[in-house]
Amino acid sequence: MSATSLSALAAQLAAGQVSSRELAQQYLDRIAALNPALNAFITVDAEKTLAEATVADALRATGRAGPLTGVPIAHKDIFCTDGWLTTCGSKMLHNFVAPYDAHVIQQFKAAGMPSLGKTNMDEFAMGSSNETSYFGAVKNPWNPAYVPGGSSGGAAACVAARMAPAATGTDTGGSIRQPAALCGITGLKPTYGLVSRYGMIAFASSLDQAGPMAPSAEDCALLLNVMTGFDSRDSTSLEREKEDYTRDLNQPLAGLRVGLPKEFFAEGLNNEVAAAVDAAVAELKKLGATTVEISLANSKLAIPVYYVLAPAEASSNLSRFDGVRYGYRAPEYGNLDDMYCKTRAQGFGAEVKRRILIGAYVLSHGYYDAYYLQAQKIRRLIADDFNEAFKVCDVILGPTAPGTAFKLGEKSDDPVEMYLNDLYTIPANLAGLPGMSLPCGFDAKGLPIGLQLVGNYFSEAKMLNVAHQYQRATDWHSRQPEGLK
Amino acid sequence: MKWETVIGLEVHTQLATRSKIFSGSSTAFGAAPNTQASAVDIALPGVLPVLNKGAVECAIKFGLAIGATLNRVNVFDRKNYFYPDLPKGYQISQLAKPIVEGGALTIQVGDSERTINLTRAHMEEDAGKSLHEDFHGMTGIDLNRAGTPLLEIVSEPEMRSSAEAVAYARALHTLVTWIGICDGNMQEGSFRVDANVSVRPVGQAEFGTRREIKNLNSFKFLQQAIDYEVRWQIETLEDGGRIEQATVLFDPDTGETRMMRSKEDAHDYRYFPDPDLLPVKLDESWIEQVRATLPELPAAMQTRFQAEYGVSPYDAAVLTGSRALADYFEAAAKACGQGKLAANWVMGELSAALNKADLGIEQSPVSAAHLGALIARIQDGTLSGKLAKQVFEGLWEGAGEVDTIIEARGLKQMSDSGELEKIIDEVMAANAKSVEEFRAGKEKAFNALVGQVMKASKGKANPAQVNDLLKAKLQSQ
Repeated sequence: MSATSLSALAAQLAAGQVSSRELAQQYLDRIAALNPALNAFITVDAEKTLAEATVADALRATGRAGPLTGVPIAHKDIFCTDGWLTTCGSKMLHNFVAPYDAHVIQQFKAAGMPSLGKTNMDEFAMGSSNETSYFGAVKNPWNPAYVPGGSSGGAAACVAARMAPAATGTDTGGSIRQPAALCGITGLKPTYGLVSRYGMIAFASSLDQAGPMAPSAEDCALLLNVMTGFDSRDSTSLEREKEDYTRDLNQPLAGLRVGLPKEFFAEGLNNEVAAAVDAAVAELKKLGATTVEISLANSKLAIPVYYVLAPAEASSNLSRFDGVRYGYRAPEYGNLDDMYCKTRAQGFGAEVKRRILIGAYVLSHGYYDAYYLQAQKIRRLIADDFNEAFKVCDVILGPTAPGTAFKLGEKSDDPVEMYLNDLYTIPANLAGLPGMSLPCGFDAKGLPIGLQLVGNYFSEAKMLNVAHQYQRATDWHSRQPEGLK
Repeated sequence: MKWETVIGLEVHTQLATRSKIFSGSSTAFGAAPNTQASAVDIALPGVLPVLNKGAVECAIKFGLAIGATLNRVNVFDRKNYFYPDLPKGYQISQLAKPIVEGGALTIQVGDSERTINLTRAHMEEDAGKSLHEDFHGMTGIDLNRAGTPLLEIVSEPEMRSSAEAVAYARALHTLVTWIGICDGNMQEGSFRVDANVSVRPVGQAEFGTRREIKNLNSFKFLQQAIDYEVRWQIETLEDGGRIEQATVLFDPDTGETRMMRSKEDAHDYRYFPDPDLLPVKLDESWIEQVRATLPELPAAMQTRFQAEYGVSPYDAAVLTGSRALADYFEAAAKACGQGKLAANWVMGELSAALNKADLGIEQSPVSAAHLGALIARIQDGTLSGKLAKQVFEGLWEGAGEVDTIIEARGLKQMSDSGELEKIIDEVMAANAKSVEEFRAGKEKAFNALVGQVMKASKGKANPAQVNDLLKAKLQSQ
C-alpha cells in the first residue's frame, strides 16, 4: 500500500480522492488476504465496517468531518464494542457480545473512524508473545515463525502488515510498547488517567492504560487527540484541558536533555539492540540533544513488584467471570462451587490461572503485608527514582525490550523468561508515566528493534516531538515487511 | 455462678440516596427483578464504579451526629468472595480506613441513662438477592439491590443485656431516620442488625467467645434472639461445654438460634484497596456544608423542650422518639401556647387514636394546627375536657375547623350564668330530697346535684361554674 500515514489518508479523503467506504474496503481486502496467515484479528465484520464507513462519508458530505473522519482503525479485543464480539482473547468471553461501547470506542466513533475489527491479544492481556490467546497465536509479519510480542500483538501485527492504518492497544506492563518494538511500529502508553478505562476490560486497574499504535509518532499524536479526555465514568480519569498532541511535533531538539538510565544498558541486553539504541542516541545528538547518565536504581525490582501487584488486582478483577451472568459456563457441574470451579478451570487459560493464583496468594491473610504492602512501598520508590531523574533530563531513553522477537513456542514454557521481556517497560506503568516505543533498526535476522522513550507526567507532546524529529531523520518506521508489501 | 452478658451490635443501614453508591441506578424498593440493575450493577466486563457523593454526605451527617472522628482521607477496599448475588465477585467496602471512627450514643433503659461508644461506621455496597423459592431446584438472582449504599455502624461491646441492646438499636434507628440518612424501614431491610453475643463470669476481665447472630430485622427478634443465645451459652458452659466462635441465624418460628458457619469456614476475604476508586477526601468546607443541613438532634431537642415547654424529662424523651413526632408536638404547642397541655394531648388522646388506627404520626388525620386550636379552646374556657374529646373526634373524622365543629355540634360550654341558674333552679326543685340531704350535712348529695345539672345542660355547663353557683344557692336558701 502506498500512502499509509494517517495525515496522508485524511488528506486523500478530504480531497475526495477516495471515500471512507473505498478505503475501508481496501483494508478489508488486505485483511482477507493476510489475516489467515497472521491471525491478527479475532473478529472481522465487513458489513459493520462498511456501514460505519458509510456514516463517515455522510458526515463528510454534510461538512462535519473531523481531522481523521473516514480513516479506519482496528481495535484491540479488550474494548467493549456495542454489537461486536468482545472476547479479551479468552474462552471465558468467546461468546460475549458487548451491549455497550467503551469510552475509547465512543471517541473513535465520534471522530468518524470506522472499525476494521477486533484484534487478537494475549488472554486478558496477560502475556508478552500473544501466545496465550484462546484464538491462537499471532504471527510476526516480519517473520511468521516469530512472535509479535504482547499483549497487543494483534494490533501491532495488523499495523506492521498494513492491514490497518492504525490500531488501539492497552499497556499494563508494556503491552503496547513491547509488541510495537517487536513489530517495528510506533506505540504510546499515555500518562495513567489520560485515557478513560471505561469499557476496557480490566487486567490490573492501577496500571492499565490505553494508547495508540501506528507506523509513526505523528500518527500517534493524531490518535491521542481522539482518545484522551475526561470521562466521569472512570474515577481515575484526569480532569484536564484537552491538548493538541501535534502542537510540538516540529519543534527542534536543540537543548533537549536525554537521560540514559545505566540500569537499562546493563547485563541482559542483546548486543544488536544495544548498538541500535546507541545509534539512535547518536542521531538525536546530531539533532541537538545532549545526554546525561541517570540511575533508576529501584527499577531492578520492577518485575517482582509488578508480579505481585498486577496479579493481585487481576485476581479480583477477573472474579466477575463466574459463569453466572454472561460468558462461558461449564456444560456440566454438580453444585454451585462445582459450577464456579469447572467454569473457571475450563474458561481460563494457564497463564491467567497462574496469575489469579499468585494474586490470591499475595492478598491472602498473613501474606498481604509481606507481599502486597511491600510491593506498594517499592512502587513508590520506583516512582521517586523517576522524579529525581526528571530533574536533570527531559526524556528518558533506552531499549524497549532486551531483545528482538523470539520464536513462537521459544519461551512459552518458561514464564519467568517471558516476564523478563517487560524489564524496561514495567517501571513506567508502576510510576504512571507515559512511555513510547519507536523503531530504531533491525537485527541480523531482519527483525525490528524498538527504542523506548519515557517522559514525565503529561509530557506526551514532548515525547512525540522527540520521536517525530527522529523519524524525520530516519526511515525505520516506514519500512515494511518485504513479503507483505 | 453468676454470668454477665456482653453484646456489641453491627447495624447495616441503607442510606436514603436516590441512586446507588457506585452507579446511577435507582434504589427504590419493590421493582420487578433486575429492572434496576445497570451495566455497572451486573458487573459487565469493563464497567467501573463512580462514588455517589450523596452516600458520603449521609456518612458525614452520621459522624457529626454522634460526635465521631471523620477520617479526612478514607479508603474503599475490595472484599473478595464468590456468590451468585455478588456480581463482581467482590464487595466494595471500607476496612482499614473507614469514614467514621468513634462517637457515642446515649440510651435510656428504664430510669437510667447510659452512653454506648461506637467503634466505627463505614460505607459499602449491598449485594443482590438470591431467590431460592419459585424456581424448582434452581436459584433466581435479583440484582436490584446490588450496589445499594449501606452504612455499617459498629458499636463497642458495651451492652450488658438484651434490653440495652434493644435500647441502643432503637436510639440508633431514631437517629438515622431523624437525620434523614435512612428510611428506617426494617421490613424492607433498610435497618438490619447483627448481634455479637458472649457471656463471662461476673468479675472476669476477658470477654467470652462470641457468636454473631446475623440479620435481625425487628427489635422484637433482636431481644428474643439475644435472650435465647445468652441462655444457650450459659447452659452450654454450665454443662461443661465450650463456645466456638460462629455465625448463627435466628429462627423466629422456633425462637432459637442455629449455626450458619463456624470460624473454620470463615472466608479469607483478601481485602485490598480498590484501585478503581480514589481515596475519599473530606475537606473542611464540605463537612461544614453538610453540618449546616443537620437538623436539631434528639438530645438537644429534649433539653430545649423541658426548658421551653416545661415538659418532664420523660415526656421530652417520648416526644423526641421521632422527628415527625417532635415536629408535631412543637407545632401544636406553638399553636396553643400550652406546652404541657399539648404534650398530654399528643401522648394521650392522639397517640391512643393513632395506635388504634395503626397510623404513624405522619398520617395523623388531625393536624398539629387543629390540635393546637382545640387546646386553645380548652384554655379559654370554651371547651371542657369532655367536650374537647368530642371535638377531637370531629377533627379525626375530618369535619372541619375546631370552631366549626363546636358550632355545628353545639359543643360550646355554657357561659351565660342566667341560663345556668335557671337549670340549677329546676334541678333543685326536681330533687328536693337531695337538697334536704345536703342541708342535713350529707356532702355526697352535692355531687349528685352537680351530676344532674351537668346532665340537664347536656354536658355544656362549665363544671367549676356549676359548683360555685350551686353551692351559693344551697347556702343562701
